Amino acid sequence: MTQSELNSPGYEIPEDLQYAVSITTLDRLYNWGRRSSVWPMMFGLACCAIEMIAAQAARYDLARFGMEVMRPSPRQSDLMLVAGTVTKKMVPNIVRLYNQMPEPKYVVAMGACASGGGPFKEGYNVVAGVDKFLPIDVYIPGCPPTPQALIAGLIKLQQKIDRQSIRRVRWYQKGADTVEIPVPVLGPDLMDPRRFAEIKRLAAQNSAAQSDAPAEPAGKA
Amino acid sequence: MATLDRTDVLDLAALAPGGVTADTRPNYEGWIVDKARLIEVATAVRDQHGFDLLSSVTGVDYFPESMEVVYHAYRTIGGPGLVFKVQMPRQDPMEIPSVTRVWPGAELQEREIWDLFGIRFTGHPDLRRILTWEGFEGHPLRKDWREAFYEDDYKPLKSRWPEGHYVSAEEKSPYKDNLQFPPNFDPEKAVFDGEASLYGALAKYTTVDSGIKTDHVVLNLGPQHPSTHGVFRAAVVLDGETIVSLKPVMGYLHRNHEKIGERNTFLQNMPYTDRLDYFNSMSNNWGYSLAVEKLMGVQPPERAEYLRVIMAELSRIQNHLILIGMLLNDLGAYFTPALYAFEERELILDIFEAASGSRMMCNYHRFGGVARDLPDGVLEKIRGLVEERLPRKADEFERLLSENEILVSRMQGVKVIEGDNAIRYSMTGPVLRAAGVPYDVRRAQPYGIYDRFEFDVALRQHGDLYDSYLIRLDEIRQSLRILQQAVKQMPEGPIIAGKPQYQVRVPAGEAYGRIEAPKGELGYYVVSTGRQNPWRYHVRAPSFINITPLEKMCVGQKIADFVAILGVIDIVLGELDR
Repeated sequence: MTQSELNSPGYEIPEDLQYAVSITTLDRLYNWGRRSSVWPMMFGLACCAIEMIAAQAARYDLARFGMEVMRPSPRQSDLMLVAGTVTKKMVPNIVRLYNQMPEPKYVVAMGACASGGGPFKEGYNVVAGVDKFLPIDVYIPGCPPTPQALIAGLIKLQQKIDRQSIRRVRWYQKGADTVEIPVPVLGPDLMDPRRFAEIKRLAAQNSAAQSDAPAEPAGKA
Repeated sequence: MATLDRTDVLDLAALAPGGVTADTRPNYEGWIVDKARLIEVATAVRDQHGFDLLSSVTGVDYFPESMEVVYHAYRTIGGPGLVFKVQMPRQDPMEIPSVTRVWPGAELQEREIWDLFGIRFTGHPDLRRILTWEGFEGHPLRKDWREAFYEDDYKPLKSRWPEGHYVSAEEKSPYKDNLQFPPNFDPEKAVFDGEASLYGALAKYTTVDSGIKTDHVVLNLGPQHPSTHGVFRAAVVLDGETIVSLKPVMGYLHRNHEKIGERNTFLQNMPYTDRLDYFNSMSNNWGYSLAVEKLMGVQPPERAEYLRVIMAELSRIQNHLILIGMLLNDLGAYFTPALYAFEERELILDIFEAASGSRMMCNYHRFGGVARDLPDGVLEKIRGLVEERLPRKADEFERLLSENEILVSRMQGVKVIEGDNAIRYSMTGPVLRAAGVPYDVRRAQPYGIYDRFEFDVALRQHGDLYDSYLIRLDEIRQSLRILQQAVKQMPEGPIIAGKPQYQVRVPAGEAYGRIEAPKGELGYYVVSTGRQNPWRYHVRAPSFINITPLEKMCVGQKIADFVAILGVIDIVLGELDR
C-alpha cells in the first residue's frame, strides 16, 4: 500500500511535515501490516501445489506480495492454501493442521478439487470440496489454476483482509480465541463427529432400502 | 510394434505340463497358469528364461464369472515380455500364492490388489490395506462395489447427455455427501483399528547389550512434511539417528483413477492421465495412447511421432531439473537450486502451452496422433532451447553443484541400492541405471520412433546418492541429443491418423503399453470389451513400485539420509497413490 493510501484523508498535514508524519487509522495500519506478510503454510496436496511453487519462483515471484515465506509448520503460518485434491484419508490431517494454526488464519481453496471435488468428485476416496470441513475465504477456479490465477486469488484475499476491523475480528472477541473443528474419523467411511447422530439415524433408515445400494459387503479385512 | 509383443517366443505350456494353458480369448495374449503351479512356473520363468523383472501385477474382475491376476514380466536385457494370468472363481475367500519370494517387487502391488479386489496372497510378508485404510468397507475395484455418487456404469451419463440436465451428485446419496455406511451402523459404538496394524508391522526394537538401556523412538514423517514431496508418509523406528525399521504409508492422494477410468470413455481418460505424474503429462499421455493404439491397431503419422518424442523428452528434461532442485532443497540448499530449475522449467512449459493450450495438464495425445500441431515459430523456440540454452544450463548446474564439497560429502558413498537387488524389487528408471543396470525401455523394447535416434542409455555404477544425482544430468544431456536430432528431422504432414473423433471404437481384448517415463517404466494395462469405455484401466506407476524396497534402502542409514534417498527415487504422489 502506498503512502497516499495509508494516509487517512481529512486531516491536514502542514507541508513541511508531510514526509515525516502520517495520520492513519489503526485498522488501516493493522491490516496493511497483516496483508503484506501473509505467510502461507508449505502444504501441497497434489498438482496445484506445483503451480503454487511455480508462483513462488522467479517468473511470478509471490515475494512481491509478502507471501514468499513458506512455513512447514502450521504454528507459524497465516494462510492455508489447500492446493490439491482432498481425500478422505487426508482430511483428518488437514483439519488437525487447521486447528493448529493460530489466529488470524485464512484458508484458500486452490483449484477445482479443493473447491468442489473437481474431476475426481465421484471417486470413493475423495472429499467433494474442503469447504465441507473448513471455512474458506477465497476459491480459485482452474485445474490447476495458473500462477496468474493464484495471484489474483491472493489479491482477493488481501482485499478481504483490508476490509476487516480490529474491533470486530473474531480473535479479539471474548471467549475462545480460535475455532476448533472436530477431527473426522476413518471408519467404514469418513465420519464427521458433528454428524454421528445423523449417520446413525440414516444408516438405520437405509438398512431397509439397502437392496439397490452396494451389493454384498465384499470380504472385510 | 504389436507383433513384437506377442509372447509366443516362449512356450510356457511345455514348461509346466498340465499346469499352463494358452490364453485363447480373441485379442488376448500369454498364458493361464494353474494357481497351484504358480510359484513353480514363476521360478522357472525367472531362473531358466531370464525374466528377472516383474513389471506389473494387477487384478481384473471379470464379473460375474471370475477374478484374474495378471503378471507382466520382462528381461532386463531387453526384448518382448511375458504375460501370464491366474484365474479363480469369483467367490470369497479368494486366495492365491504370493510371488514375493520369487520377485520381491510384487509386495506393494499385491497389497494393492488385496486392498482393491480382496484377493488374498498367501505367504505375503505384510498384507495390509494400502491405498484405503484398515476398516474401509469393501474392495472398491470389484465391479459390484459402487461408490456413493454412483450413477451408471458408462459415461457419458444419460442424465447429463445429450440434454445436459445437471443433478448435484450429493442428491444421489442418502447422506447428502460422498458417504455410505453398512446397514444399522452406529458410529459411536464402532471400534476401529486406527493405526495399530501399521505400528504392529514395524520391526520390534531389540536392545544391543552395551550396558546402556535404550528405548526406541517411533517417528512419523509426513503426510505433512516439507521433504516428502507431497502427502507421502513414512513410519520409522529409530535407534538414536539410525533407522531400524520403516514402513511407507500411502493413499493420502488416492483419487480413484482406476475406478473412475472404468466409467470414462477411452478418450475421457486422456486428461486423467495428465494428473498422474503431474510433472510429465506429456509422457503419461503417451503410455496410455500406446496401449489403446495397440488394441485399435492404428499407427500415428510421422509428424505426430516426432511431436511425441519432442514433448516427452522436453518433459524429461524439466522433470530431472526439478528433481535436482528439490533434492538440493532436501539436503539443505534451501530453494536456490530449485529456483534455477524452475526458471528453465518455465521456458519448457511455454512450449507445452503453445502446443497444447495448457502449462501442466496438456491432454495432448489422441489415439493415432496428437491433438494440435505446433503454432508458427514454436519449433524455432524449441531449437533455440535444445541447441543453446539448455546445454549451457546443464553445464551450469554441473559447475555449480557437482563438485560442491557439502553435496559430495553428503551424497558420495551413501548407498541407495545394488543393481541386482533393484531388479528383484522391480525398480526401473534412473535409480536402476545409477546402480549399473542399463535398462531403458526406449532401448529394451523401442516404442514410437526411438529406434531412429542416436543416444546412449545413461549409466552409472555405484548406486549411491551421488550417482543417482549425476545420472539425471547425464539423462538431460542424452535427451538433448535426441531432441537435436528430432528437431532437425521433423517432417511436415498430418498429425493424426484418420479423422479426429471423440468416440473411438476399440475392439475387445487386452493391451499393455509401456514407455520410459522420466521416473521409470510407466505402463498401462487396458482391457476392452468392445464398449465405449475400458473394462479395466490399470496404471503401472513407477513412483509406486520404485518405493517397494524403501525399507531395505533405509535400514541402517541415518534419518537425514532417508530424506535424500526419497529425493533421488523421485516420487510424485499423484502417480504413487493414483
